[in-house]
Amino acid sequence: MTSSVRPPRLLKGLHLLGIEEMSSQEIVALLDLADRYVEVNRQIEKRHAVLGGRTQINLFFEASTRTQSSFEIAGKRLGADVMNMAVSTSAVSKGETLLDTAMTLNAMHPDILVVRHQSSGAVELLAQKVSCAVVNAGDGQHEHPTQALLDALTIRRRKGRIEGLVVAICGDVLHSRVARSNIHLLNKLGVRVRVVAPSTLLPTGIGNFGVEVHRNMRDGLDGADVVMMLRLQLERMSGAFVPSQREYYRFFGLNEEKLGFAKPGALVMHPGPMNRGIEIDSNVADGVQSVIREQVEMGVAVRMAVLDALARNLPGGANA
Amino acid sequence: MMAPVSRAASNRRAYVNARLIDPSQDMDETGGIIIEDGWILGSGRNVTAQTAGTGTVIVDCRGLVLMPGLVDMRVFTGEPGAEYRETLATASEAAAAGGVTTMIVMPNTNPVIDDAAIVDYILRRARDTAIVRVAPMAATTKGLGGEIMTEIGALKEAGAVAVTDGNRAVANARVFRRALSYANDFGMLVVQHVEEPALASGVMNASETASRLGLPGIPAAAEVIMLERDLRLVELTGARYHAAQLSCRTSLDVIRTAKQRGLPVTCGVSVHHLTLNELDIGAYRTFFKLSPPLRSEEDRRALVEGVADGTIDVIVSSHDPQSADTKRLPFAEAEFGAIGLETMFSAALSLHHNSGVPLARLIDAMSVAPARILGLECGRLSPGSPADFALADLQKSWKVEDSVLRSRSKNSPFEHRTLEGTVVETVVAGRTVFT
Repeated sequence: MTSSVRPPRLLKGLHLLGIEEMSSQEIVALLDLADRYVEVNRQIEKRHAVLGGRTQINLFFEASTRTQSSFEIAGKRLGADVMNMAVSTSAVSKGETLLDTAMTLNAMHPDILVVRHQSSGAVELLAQKVSCAVVNAGDGQHEHPTQALLDALTIRRRKGRIEGLVVAICGDVLHSRVARSNIHLLNKLGVRVRVVAPSTLLPTGIGNFGVEVHRNMRDGLDGADVVMMLRLQLERMSGAFVPSQREYYRFFGLNEEKLGFAKPGALVMHPGPMNRGIEIDSNVADGVQSVIREQVEMGVAVRMAVLDALARNLPGGANA
Repeated sequence: MMAPVSRAASNRRAYVNARLIDPSQDMDETGGIIIEDGWILGSGRNVTAQTAGTGTVIVDCRGLVLMPGLVDMRVFTGEPGAEYRETLATASEAAAAGGVTTMIVMPNTNPVIDDAAIVDYILRRARDTAIVRVAPMAATTKGLGGEIMTEIGALKEAGAVAVTDGNRAVANARVFRRALSYANDFGMLVVQHVEEPALASGVMNASETASRLGLPGIPAAAEVIMLERDLRLVELTGARYHAAQLSCRTSLDVIRTAKQRGLPVTCGVSVHHLTLNELDIGAYRTFFKLSPPLRSEEDRRALVEGVADGTIDVIVSSHDPQSADTKRLPFAEAEFGAIGLETMFSAALSLHHNSGVPLARLIDAMSVAPARILGLECGRLSPGSPADFALADLQKSWKVEDSVLRSRSKNSPFEHRTLEGTVVETVVAGRTVFT
């Protein structure tokens, strides 16, 4: 990492908006770079000033603890000046529109905007109007690309490969941007992807996404190398999409019994925050097969890789 | 009843050497029309510069199409209540540029057109400010609330040409049944936005595309269910019913069956649903966010077929002006609607150029058919009709840009596109309002 040779260009575009439009080469390049940042992060001296002089603004229209702090730490370790802007403290709560906010921030010449918004497509809309690099930190029910990247990194480090694995994505696929980004990414890397959920939590046309669709955990988890659980928001469990919490737990909550359908040693993953006792049992979440805390560690490394790669393409960057 | 246009021309004029298309008379021939005092005196191949008579001003149309002025059955304006988006005056400028000589305006204003006094207000404002004819549809229910029937008799007397809740469905079957029964006593047409609201909480067509974009979808069943329910109520009451806009293949089957059974039913489609599909949304382009939503290419083709074979009676613009602050938003947060008065004819013409829909059927769907359904005397070129007509150049192409659009709002899904064929002159009551 300390070589003075010009680093390669890893991403074709200026922004990271979604996995769907990325190539498998770009994805693998980011994972390789992230692997090296994992090692950096395990050292005492974690700073690696490739973003020196750069300004990164984390603009979160939707509350987030782990993603926002992960991006903040990633930016700081790379030497950027990082500013966090949350909705509750911004002009948005005074009626300012997304684009007004974007233009205002743009006038302050940030280099990278990390944006989370509750509406699908909002980050892309914003990216069209600003002159800096934009990272999608989650837009509505559309994409959450860095989550998919960190999930892939976790799997690759544990399993030694990604291609040919069987990954079961379980739960509220309908409302999940994590599921969409993961489906795109895992498909690009040659994984057999399954989704497992009641029909009320599956999007229209999911069968055309290149996934196997299962409506029960026994079939869905059978022979899986990885079990990825999704968060089910509480307001969706009271008769709207599933009849009740206990009914959902009974049929779709991951416990030791259901995990037994998967391959021995299958990885258990969750993007967090978890609803313990609803979509996942504590025994499993904290068990030997769980890599949930490792996902958080990989999150910082992946975001460092993304920020580094985007900064290379900025004016004044190595690949400008 | 319509707001009369002031200062009708008093001189006699003849438009000759035109390709005369009047579907009401099965006419498509080289000829002319002769007009006086805002009325058509004669039309046909016999009207030439030689036969027009002395003292008649002769206009040589040099082979341009001369067709009845278009009657657009579905126009939203912002007057009263949102004049910054569109007034009757600015909408009428747009209409004139698109060959539309009669605009039927929707009651979704603020205040709502649910009272005879507001019908009267619209007609007076139109008379004083608009350059084309304007007639309102009044609300079916008070405040568009879907619960309390409006004074349908008084609204009709005041000049409303139909009742509708505009871009909302009357969802309550009991209320709608009574509205149909009561409207029928007055011979009032009931127009419905056919969409079951409980199934229509999404923002685009429910499809794989919606799932990829992470947007909640509206299934075609939302439309079909409401249509089928309404037709049962039509059967029960005998009322005249018009489905404002269809968007999917299945609805056409439903309408075909109803017409075969002899129910007093007609339907429309927006020109956008005939020329665009859900894929045009691309990367969350909100100008393509419409209600009902744009659906699949298969649905679009079925709708074109439905126009060609007459299952769909009417083509509308569904002109719905929205400003930047309601459109430059994330897709789910943006308003529905697109402007269309100026592009309706040109866009519809693409169905003739590219899909072989007969030109006469297209003109029929935009003039004769809506005038007949609404009981208006315009929409034809026969002697004794109002001198409302348009001249069109079928080949002249033009590029849709903000700078050329006359509507006060610029939310056109055809922006930056080139359309083939355009209206070159529009005449209302004998007076040229666009050239």
